Amino acid sequence: MTFETRRAGWIAAAVGLVCVVGFADVALAQTTAAPAAAAAPALVPNKGDTAWMLICSALVLMMSIPGLALFYGGLVRAKNMASVLTQVFAIVSLVGVIWTLYGYSLAFTDSGSLTPYVGGLGKAFLMGVDANSTVPTFSNGVVIPEFAYFVFQMTFAMITPALIVGAFAERIKFSAVMLFILLWVTVIYFPIAHWVWFIPAPDDVAAAAKAVAAAADGAAKTAAQAKLDEITGSAGWLAGSGALDFAGGTVVHINAGIAGLVGALIIGKRVGYGKDLMPPHSLTMTMIGASLLWVGWFGFNAGSNLESNGTTALAFVNTMVATAAAALSWLLAEWIIKGKPSLLGICSGAVAGLVAVTPASGFAGPIGALVLGLIVSPVCLFFVSTVKNTFHYDDALDVFGIHCIGGIIGALGTGILVNPALGGVGITDYTNFAGNNAGTYDFATQMIAQGKAVLATLVWSGVGSAILYKIVDMAIGLRPTTDAEREGLDITAHGERAYNM
Amino acid sequence: MKIVMAIIKPFKLEEVRDALTALGIHGLTVTEVKGFGRQKGHTEIYRGAEYAVSFLPKVKIEVAVASELVDKAIGAIVGAAKTGQIGDGKIFVIALDHAVRIRTGEADAAAL
Repeated sequence: MTFETRRAGWIAAAVGLVCVVGFADVALAQTTAAPAAAAAPALVPNKGDTAWMLICSALVLMMSIPGLALFYGGLVRAKNMASVLTQVFAIVSLVGVIWTLYGYSLAFTDSGSLTPYVGGLGKAFLMGVDANSTVPTFSNGVVIPEFAYFVFQMTFAMITPALIVGAFAERIKFSAVMLFILLWVTVIYFPIAHWVWFIPAPDDVAAAAKAVAAAADGAAKTAAQAKLDEITGSAGWLAGSGALDFAGGTVVHINAGIAGLVGALIIGKRVGYGKDLMPPHSLTMTMIGASLLWVGWFGFNAGSNLESNGTTALAFVNTMVATAAAALSWLLAEWIIKGKPSLLGICSGAVAGLVAVTPASGFAGPIGALVLGLIVSPVCLFFVSTVKNTFHYDDALDVFGIHCIGGIIGALGTGILVNPALGGVGITDYTNFAGNNAGTYDFATQMIAQGKAVLATLVWSGVGSAILYKIVDMAIGLRPTTDAEREGLDITAHGERAYNM
Repeated sequence: MKIVMAIIKPFKLEEVRDALTALGIHGLTVTEVKGFGRQKGHTEIYRGAEYAVSFLPKVKIEVAVASELVDKAIGAIVGAAKTGQIGDGKIFVIALDHAVRIRTGEADAAAL
């Protein structure tokens, strides 16, 4: 299905289908006449879409382990390498279990009156989900297997909390990480994912819109309209408000970034911070990790289209272009300001670009994505150097400076770059199912929606995370002893060394 | 007998070894060390963090020689390790009381 077909829109369908009321009547007549055959033939997932989504799920897993683990691991001192790798691996595994038990259900089901804010437990333990279950994509008449959607979304839930550990690396108890992440995904991640990504099925909206168009008199029309409103109302509140986030700028990056900053502030600085040398122990590992992140991110961004079509290719291209531009602009900015072009700089720039293009990947045009990439790196560089040094917070691996700031720039940039006048795809029907403005673009409206999503995420994740850190601190304590921290978490927390040479 | 201890630039190690071997000195001990002298360190920048690295990597060699070979050994090391730049290193000569070859039990000059 081409993108143009999709842009035709549900709302357009509602109006356009007035002229085929007769067809609807015929269908209705058949339904009445032959109840046994009432159900429309179930949509069958396309094999290519299914294969693509499963490959993307594996790619996103590769972003976490080994990608993110090595990216972070290379940046800590050798005595804490195994601890970082273990934390990331353990978070991925923990969230995989939680997601299966209740996470998927909390994020992606209807919960009646609470639907705008959180999902229900209807699919806890994957109740009612089997190999024949399907979920809608963003296109009418296209479905993918629910298991493919379930596992794709699982990999997002895995990597997001893993991003946080970079902020308090080298100074946290392993048990505290585990307990915090368990609470954090449950209270922060699943609801925010639900706010932004839980939307009604396009086919349901189209069918309801068709019914409204087909309804003859006032009472029937009112009933049909109520039904349509009920369907469009069954969405996360940020999705319903028109905020655009293609692959997780708010849900993943701002969310993890602010949680990391709050953690760095509450847990405090590393012993010796500002006095001891704390250089990365292996930029080789960091480069390998950043490169794996880049490759895996195609699954993250292009996969977020949920099917394999032109928009998927657009998201793929944007991910390539913005990242290249951001890697280059960080390198150049650092070269100009600090005098030398660094490997860590170009790797950091690539990650900043990937973060920024995440919400924009399916909405901006390639040139818009390129500009976004060029802009994000100098801003992030400013935050990880000037801002961090001014305020003296020990965000060890710059989770806030790169993920939160890059995510905010991406989220706001998406609101600008979606403008067709700037090469964007415009406001499409599936991004504004509750409004009637598909095909239109208004700068102020869109920026308000984007800003609302950014602020909501900052507040919910920032305040919520602070409370959770305090709970964990009271329950089991956040920090290891100073001696343990000095000796390194590899030996003291895990009883092993990353390197025995 | 003396111990000639030299702190040299790491990339000069092979040349120094060759020069000492040419004198008939067969055996020396090498340690990777860090230190500072008149040579300034350098600055490393990792994102926002700038580190002044004042301890620079050097190689320390220790070679036990008969007293009459000391001057030749010093000359060989200086000749091989000198670049003329600050940071070429230093040589220290220390008195050596006794030496034993573990395998044979030979002592002093015979053990060198």
